[in-house]
Amino acid sequence: MTSIFLLGITLSCSAAFIHGTGASFPFPLYTKWFAEFQKLNPEVKINYQAIGSGGGIRQLLAHTVDFGASDAPMTEEQTLHADILHIPSMVGGVVLTYNLPGIPSGLKLTPDIMADLFLGNMKRWNDPRLHAINPELHLPDLPVTIIHRSNGSGTTLILTEYLAKISCAWKKGVGAGPAVKWPVGLGGKGNESVTSLIKQSPGALGYIELSYAVMNNLTYASLANTENLFIAPTVASIHAAAKASEALMPDDLRLSLTNAPGKDSYPLSAFTYILIYRKMDGAKGQEMLHFFKWAITDGQNFASKLHYSPLPESIAVKTMKALGRVSIVW
Amino acid sequence: MVKGPVAHRKKEVHRGDWLFAQFIQAGAMLLIALLLALAWFLIKGGWPAIERYGARFLFSSNWNPVLEVFGAAPVIYGTLVSSAIAIMIAAPLSVSVALFLHAVAPPKIRAVFSFFVDMLAAIPSVVYGLWGIFVLAPWLRSDVEPWLSEHFGFLPFFQGPFYGVGMLAAGLILAIMIIPSIFAMCSEVFRSLPVTYKEAALALGATRWEMMQIAFLRAGKRGIIGGIILGLGRALGETMAVTMLIGNRDEISVSLFSPGQTMASVIANEYAEAGSSIHVAALIEVGLVLFCMTILVNALARIIIRSDDAI
Repeated sequence: MTSIFLLGITLSCSAAFIHGTGASFPFPLYTKWFAEFQKLNPEVKINYQAIGSGGGIRQLLAHTVDFGASDAPMTEEQTLHADILHIPSMVGGVVLTYNLPGIPSGLKLTPDIMADLFLGNMKRWNDPRLHAINPELHLPDLPVTIIHRSNGSGTTLILTEYLAKISCAWKKGVGAGPAVKWPVGLGGKGNESVTSLIKQSPGALGYIELSYAVMNNLTYASLANTENLFIAPTVASIHAAAKASEALMPDDLRLSLTNAPGKDSYPLSAFTYILIYRKMDGAKGQEMLHFFKWAITDGQNFASKLHYSPLPESIAVKTMKALGRVSIVW
Repeated sequence: MVKGPVAHRKKEVHRGDWLFAQFIQAGAMLLIALLLALAWFLIKGGWPAIERYGARFLFSSNWNPVLEVFGAAPVIYGTLVSSAIAIMIAAPLSVSVALFLHAVAPPKIRAVFSFFVDMLAAIPSVVYGLWGIFVLAPWLRSDVEPWLSEHFGFLPFFQGPFYGVGMLAAGLILAIMIIPSIFAMCSEVFRSLPVTYKEAALALGATRWEMMQIAFLRAGKRGIIGGIILGLGRALGETMAVTMLIGNRDEISVSLFSPGQTMASVIANEYAEAGSSIHVAALIEVGLVLFCMTILVNALARIIIRSDDAI
């Protein structure tokens, strides 16, 4: 199984070539980082393949890449035979986007309504419960069409993890993961397909990552958080979610941000991770460490322009400490 | 004196022949080895799933990565149905176009038309997918599906909400994609048929339609069937365009409006993000089933074409 990955990856002996694979969710920011870091350190070349979180983890465990990246922390089963460090690199958000004729913006959703929409229990947009929290909107008499990602995705993981937290029915019936058995709806491959399906189908409701939604001018809903306040997805509100969870951050840095506490927190926020071995080889290891330390500090300044949130101060400090635990083997 | 050089030359020629024979033999062996290596990889990679789910894998319709329950029935169904729709549309269309061009149309039209059909074969499948999602699917949703539902809604195939994407869209895009294969094969068959068949049929007083039946359709029957099966082979394995248009839902539904999923598309969708090893194994087993199905279909086509040569 690992042999097919080997075919696709050219391993280089040179210390200055660093290879990574994994999540596509943070790919725009990572690309920016590699370019900026290379300006400062022209001898270091970083190659990153955005093949998806699961693939990133598998390649890291097979030692075919130098680092992996994932939207979800690795499971106990996966870290059983490997000494892996989780490095949170930024905070991202998932938005619920919709196509309701005559409603260009302003839709509000509560957790129980979200669960019922995605479970297929709430079938029409003019449902009285929806009307009760959106009295100013004229909701059309249209069937709800759920559009989800068909390919495994970090965005799916964030949404389903959230739904599993707020709804027992979802937790029991569907569960959380990068790919789940959806009760209703159509699947589109990638952000592009999901977006075009939503744009084509009046009555559609789907989810997409924040940066993609902003760049493509999609309309999105405000969601009720744990304090029952309706929060629109913005860099500020996903940052607030991370900041409100600072105290909860464990030493291994694996923390779920969905349904985060705090009155300004947007509930569909999540850390995305870079995964590295605790023991790294010589000169290459040093270069990698150099890069990751730069990314956690100076690199954070590039995040908000691409609609991701930088790590909150205390979490960045904790992450730097974790990077200090890396041992370089000569 | 004469013997020497002749023997020498003979030996030289022999060595070259021998080398060349070895070379092409190695090439042929390599191809077979590749096929076997592929089969070995699929069986080895899929073994955990084969062991764990057994025959249930083929018949259960529950595909749930979260619970690690994997049943491939919906994707097998989706593959068969989308390919069947494609064949039902593409086969009569390509055979009749080929028939028209070879039995009726003047040679000039034939050349122009063949050129355009060949162009269809050169378009990458992702482009078909894009065209499908931006042009075909909206048109199906707003015009075709409402019309079908209004006039044929009593049939279970044309019931349910209109999404645009779904089994029908996937079948249509596959039909367009396999028309060039079937058409090329039929053209080849019709071209290779002796003109004397046609002349004999006409000389015996056959009408034009009877002539087409006798001198083309009946005479080229095996070649036509072989071409259709080759088209079917392509439809079974097509991935990108189908994934973009089928709606990606693991469900067996009689209605052609409803979304489905094929074996190729479930692999394309879930392989990269598959986290647990049993999920990966299940996807590789789907690959194995698809591999066997395609080999079977292609073998069938070869056998039919071969028996045509014998006659």
